[in-house]
Amino acid sequence: MATLRIDWQKVIQAREAARQVVEVVHAYTQQFTTTTIERSICRLLGIDGVNAMGVPLPNVVVDHLASRQLLGFGAAYWLGQAAIALDKEPQELAESVSRGELDLTQTKPVDLFEIKLWAEKKAEEAIDKIHHNRIIREEKLFEYGDHAGPLIYVIVATGNIYEDIVQAKAAATQGADVIAVIRTTGQSLLDYVPFGATTEGFGGTMATQENFRLMRAALDEVGAELGRYIRLCNYCSGLCMPEMAVMGAMERLDVMLNDALYGILFRDINMQRTLIDQEFSRLINAAAGIIINTGEDNYLTTSDAYEEAHTVLASQLINEQFALKSGLPEEQMGLGHAFEMNPELKNAFLYELAQAQLARQIFPNAPLKYMPPTKFKTGNVFRGHVQDALFNIVTVISDQRIHLLGMLTEAIHTPFLADRALAIENARYIATSFADFGDDIEFREGGIMEQRAATLLDLTLDLLQDIQRDGLFRSIEEGRLASVKRPFEGGKGLSGVIVKEDRYFNPFITLLMEEAKSGSERYHQTKTAHEEGKNE
Amino acid sequence: MSSGRYSVSKADFDKTLDLTHLKPYGDTMNDGKVQISFTLPVPDSDNAVEAARQLAMRMGLVEPTVTHHAPLDKSFTFFVVYGSLIHSVDYTQIHVDFVDINRMTMDETDLFIQQNFGRKIKVIGASTGTDAHTVGIDAIMNMKGYAGHYGLERYKMIEALNLGSQVTNEDFIRKAVEFDADVLLVSQTVTQKNVHVQNLTELVELLEAERLRKRFLLIIGGPRISHELAKELGCDAGFGPGKYADDVASYVCTELAARKQQAL
Repeated sequence: MATLRIDWQKVIQAREAARQVVEVVHAYTQQFTTTTIERSICRLLGIDGVNAMGVPLPNVVVDHLASRQLLGFGAAYWLGQAAIALDKEPQELAESVSRGELDLTQTKPVDLFEIKLWAEKKAEEAIDKIHHNRIIREEKLFEYGDHAGPLIYVIVATGNIYEDIVQAKAAATQGADVIAVIRTTGQSLLDYVPFGATTEGFGGTMATQENFRLMRAALDEVGAELGRYIRLCNYCSGLCMPEMAVMGAMERLDVMLNDALYGILFRDINMQRTLIDQEFSRLINAAAGIIINTGEDNYLTTSDAYEEAHTVLASQLINEQFALKSGLPEEQMGLGHAFEMNPELKNAFLYELAQAQLARQIFPNAPLKYMPPTKFKTGNVFRGHVQDALFNIVTVISDQRIHLLGMLTEAIHTPFLADRALAIENARYIATSFADFGDDIEFREGGIMEQRAATLLDLTLDLLQDIQRDGLFRSIEEGRLASVKRPFEGGKGLSGVIVKEDRYFNPFITLLMEEAKSGSERYHQTKTAHEEGKNE
Repeated sequence: MSSGRYSVSKADFDKTLDLTHLKPYGDTMNDGKVQISFTLPVPDSDNAVEAARQLAMRMGLVEPTVTHHAPLDKSFTFFVVYGSLIHSVDYTQIHVDFVDINRMTMDETDLFIQQNFGRKIKVIGASTGTDAHTVGIDAIMNMKGYAGHYGLERYKMIEALNLGSQVTNEDFIRKAVEFDADVLLVSQTVTQKNVHVQNLTELVELLEAERLRKRFLLIIGGPRISHELAKELGCDAGFGPGKYADDVASYVCTELAARKQQAL
């Protein structure tokens, strides 16, 4: 592929600054757990369902412990102690708590060592399930094969899971590789995960484990007919990041939207809460072999895409370091960016290509997520289709991996069946027509695109060094990312941040880390074998 | 060779513009040519094409031609159809309620406010309800504005406060009172199943219940908002696609000045 000449010394410096930013944050956040982390531990230990009032049982258990000011020991501690003392399963315990028949903190004391043994055994069962799902994915990808180049990603957003399934199957038939089920607007701010199949919502329906399961089954079915593995994407963001990750791992999602900073900047979720939550959620994603998609594109819809382009690269580098801290390997980092420059800007296409190519080179192994134009879509569907075509060309030339298709009816409505078909036709036409274009050109030395890349790199390095100097918390407080200011103690969800007691333990950390590591090793072995096979 | 898609017959209709019988224009006056596209939930087949043609005729198209049909999957087919519309409208009888103001530049607006009020006008804005999209309110309020039209934050004589997205109507009203706003701007992007109508109705009802409706100039905006809809919902003005911060600012200061005049 044609490459831009860039100053690698600056890339190394920028990465190092990002690494240090993350180290400082981690040193702080590791003192805490959160309500949703503890609920995700409940879920991993097998607690599911809702009570008569419709409250999810993981919430019942965690609220029960929090109201006694004892959540700092961790849900695993209390559940383990009660499970041993009463010889019951976590689900039975949760149901008893829900009926008001059991106080988890008042059962017979059990030695911490024994509780940990119990928890480890339970944790292994959960990891087995996650591992099993991962192997199914790997086998299917091996059986059907996986194509190189951009994966065609489209959304379904009817607000009804059953209607979403009809649309998703049609999209897969037309050539979509990834189906993202959009969730209802507002779910990110719910401090619980709704339960069961849902048939309503605005701009999408609820993300629930049952909806995940229904869509997974539908995509497996259509995938078997087509002889292709259709990837499923949903959200791992908002106030329930780690719980969404658990659900995704259990129902074999392949891609999840997970950004370290998005919730803080764009949903006004408290920064401490989000930074603690994202770490565990990514660890689960890492173990499940799920590709995370980060949300840098949002920097460009709220600010000018030409002037603020460097904030995208800075955020990508920060997201990369947070991901590594959670054991998430490069091949699962769907770092995001977007094609959002003003169409009236002279040479906008060159600047877009420079940025996409720069990201490709700085993150050579990451399945980069590239978002289509939305901000300058007007309702003129004919121009919209051309904007999407230009975006598709940049995608193919710079070999982006997760290719979110633009819709000609963006800014009018959530996609119709036909809108999606036209978008896929457009993308496939360009993928064929420009197939080897990127390999057949060279960037002119010192040309417009190389100069643009150099400027971006300089600005990114400056910004990251500023953030390193002042710390991420203060930088966010001062509005240095996306020009949004968020106070350290402000935003939603701070009350769910809990100081860990000395006896606190999370039985999943080590096992998830190991699963992530061995999964990544398998990935590299398969990849090497595949490449050797190709060379023979 | 097929010539079916090109009309070779002599057009036998009146080719002079008659505003009392206004019709679409393709390449000849009154030819009535339109294009439509739609999907039918049936497999792609000759019957499906005929169904599309008959639907087009029922829409009022004469000699409809299905120029494109393709399966979207086993049971859905996409169509593009061209035809000549038989219907017309009487343009001379059309009266649309629209925001009728002279658009001023940013400097003119600032000067106008300075001369007429001698103080800054306070504007508070939000994307209310569950709507998580800020693109609309940002386009109007953010310093940088949109498509070359500076946002309200850049106006010297406007004090703008953007609350962002997912603001409840209750919070919005409370903050508006605290801020002592002159103007409320509400953006609604997600309009699926008419949730915007429901949400805006609630806002107006809450304002009325608290006897605050007359205290503020209430303006709404979004891709499916029209001035007519705004009036219907009990708001003062509505701005749809293609309207920018300068449209809003010009309306705000002219309207507030007119109200001040009336009060005297």
